[in-house]
Amino acid sequence: MDFDLTEEQSLVADNLTRLLKDRYGFEQRKAYKKDPLGFSEALWSQYAEMGLLGAAFSEQDGGYGGGAVERMLIAEAFGRSLALEPYMASVVLAGGAVKHAGSAEQRASLLGSVATGELRLALAHAERAAGWNPFDVATTATRDGSGFALNGEKGLVINGDSAQKLIVLARTAGGRRERAGLGLFVIDAGATGVLRRGYETQDGQRAAEIGFVNARVEDVLGDSEGAAGAVAATLDEAIAALCAEGVGAMSEATEITTEYLKTRKQFGTPIGSFQALQHRASDMIVALEQARSMMYYATMMASETDADARSRAMSAAKAQIGRSAKFIGQQATQLHGGIAMTYEYKLGHLFKRMTMIEMSYGDADYHLQKLGGGPSLFAA
Amino acid sequence: MDLSFTAEEMTFRGEIRDFVAKNLPAPIREKLSSGRHPSRDDIVTWTRILHGRGWSVPHWPVEWGGTGWTPVQLSIFNDEIQAGHAPESLAFGTSMVGPVIYTFGTQAQKARFLPHIADLTEWWCQGFSEPGAGSDLAGLRTAAKLDGDSWVINGQKTWTTLAQYADWIFVLARTDASVKKQEGISFFLCDMKTPGVTVRPIQTIDGGFEVNEVFFDNVRIPAENIVGKENKGWDYAKFLLSNERNGIARVGVSKARLAKIRRLAELPTYGDKPKMDDPVFRMKLAAVEVELKALEMTQMRVISAAGKVEKGKPNPMSSVLKIKGSELQQATTELLMDVVGPYALPFEPEREDGERWNEPSIGPDWASTIAPTYFNTRKVSIYGGSNEIQRSIIAKAILGL
Repeated sequence: MDFDLTEEQSLVADNLTRLLKDRYGFEQRKAYKKDPLGFSEALWSQYAEMGLLGAAFSEQDGGYGGGAVERMLIAEAFGRSLALEPYMASVVLAGGAVKHAGSAEQRASLLGSVATGELRLALAHAERAAGWNPFDVATTATRDGSGFALNGEKGLVINGDSAQKLIVLARTAGGRRERAGLGLFVIDAGATGVLRRGYETQDGQRAAEIGFVNARVEDVLGDSEGAAGAVAATLDEAIAALCAEGVGAMSEATEITTEYLKTRKQFGTPIGSFQALQHRASDMIVALEQARSMMYYATMMASETDADARSRAMSAAKAQIGRSAKFIGQQATQLHGGIAMTYEYKLGHLFKRMTMIEMSYGDADYHLQKLGGGPSLFAA
Repeated sequence: MDLSFTAEEMTFRGEIRDFVAKNLPAPIREKLSSGRHPSRDDIVTWTRILHGRGWSVPHWPVEWGGTGWTPVQLSIFNDEIQAGHAPESLAFGTSMVGPVIYTFGTQAQKARFLPHIADLTEWWCQGFSEPGAGSDLAGLRTAAKLDGDSWVINGQKTWTTLAQYADWIFVLARTDASVKKQEGISFFLCDMKTPGVTVRPIQTIDGGFEVNEVFFDNVRIPAENIVGKENKGWDYAKFLLSNERNGIARVGVSKARLAKIRRLAELPTYGDKPKMDDPVFRMKLAAVEVELKALEMTQMRVISAAGKVEKGKPNPMSSVLKIKGSELQQATTELLMDVVGPYALPFEPEREDGERWNEPSIGPDWASTIAPTYFNTRKVSIYGGSNEIQRSIIAKAILGL
């Protein structure tokens, strides 16, 4: 057991941290957010040049052969900076779906362009009526000559408003919540019959609701009825990365808060000298370390081949990160007092991002319910 | 980064587990797994068995009986001891005064005391807390004065765990009242048979007799029974306390208790369904398991970093382990209360002495220890530096407040 990074991994983390320190101050972020894309295209190209976008794809797929540890390091750094670029959407979610479901040819062509930053993908898997159940899919793909026709509505497609291609989860067979009969389809976002409504999310990111009306698609990733396993593997990797992003945001919130406690004076003394506030801040450290531990656990388990064990590990990690994030966000806000309530200050935006992470891919209660009654996390 | 145990570590774990399964006497295992406390004889018996294998003080320097194991191996060992329902070693000797003696003691002290700690032919207890010095330990008033070739100790210690069995006590006492309170304390070793030492038991809310008051009335001990330098005792005490906190997460104990909770919750004790079928209970159990899994990882992070920090330097992360570890120990006892339900009520302290107790139990035969365990476990967020003290340590040492 060791927690050390390889030299290459340290280099990835250090380079990205340095870049973000330089280019992702909170004021700079405000400017990036005003771009119609909702993020900085220049930085996106820079991430590609640094090899970040292909870091976790295999060399045959056009990447650099890394995996869960690279995704963790990148997501954690982005979490600290509240980066807006579609790393999660294009690389982890949609890229992950291509990686798990696509043929060698599809992987090489699509992931190669994702890694160079030329192609931005989004994964359209969720639906409004489904809650957090990824297999509750009503959107249909019906045979139509050599291809398929897509019909239905996808929701909360992260960065779906600016993606050039969409990976769409649709039902080719079976009942609404069945795992069998699901396929993943690759469609141009501008294709006929694709209707997108883009919007901003609570945390300053972008998403889209996307309707499909007889949208014709030729390209299916692998088996058009057997994508469920690939979807599960993809979403588990996304949960692991999201946990790391959450830990990044929590670390930043804790540091900003500590700094504030040292500098803000009331009653003629720094407020960090008050024991009531010190103890709240110390409990933030406990919550943060517990979350960080589960980030490592999720990273370790993200490539577990036993899907049930992997899914349970992700539930455990997501529940811990959700609970820690809620606690840290609320405490950090309280410790700051009024300034935390203002839109212009970074802390509130960290709190909002942490909260939206909790609301994505299952909140803590959802995952605890999933775990409840199942085998112990400590099975010998 | 590789967070799985290596094949060697897995083999090592298997070896320890096997040893515990084959060598722990069955009555002791049954007693501990039912939530009762080991007797003095149980602890001595098990320590001798470990000593025979060379494992009674695995974390010590090899020349004094240690094993040379890595921090990860030591952690696996503790985990397997706790999970196998074996008595833990007597920490006052093996984890507290032992390391102080081999780190700061004279060669004569090492030779005199360490072998008897290792095989538990001498039982140690801890003379730190006083009625007026709890969290403010440095405010202690027990005093020692040099008189010819003796130190003369006067004062009172309290919360002295298992002093009723002890042969020796290590004592913090004031040797200079004219300086800052931390700078006038020394560390002494005192034979409990010395005239003037009196032990008085304190009964705790669970009905048990774990802790005592110890009185010192003109107790004369040889001058050589001071450890290290005069007035440097506070440094040794801090060293000792940070060692104490390292094992304090007690992840193995909580793991064993969760396994027991799962077993009991499957029993059709009351009503038409076992407790495990209650979705609210299942969620509470899952929440505790998740936090414990996280704590296990946190502990591994601290342990794997231990090789990289200066030896003997206190790591403030041990305060994180103490807070979360104690909270989770308490949470597991609350889950046990959920499982036992109405038959938490009968109070049967005599069942603690299980060998001689022949009466049938009033409730289910596993029920009588549960409420006492719940009450007794409230101590864990109070002792070893209360959780509030730990928060203040984190605020200072980690946050820099």
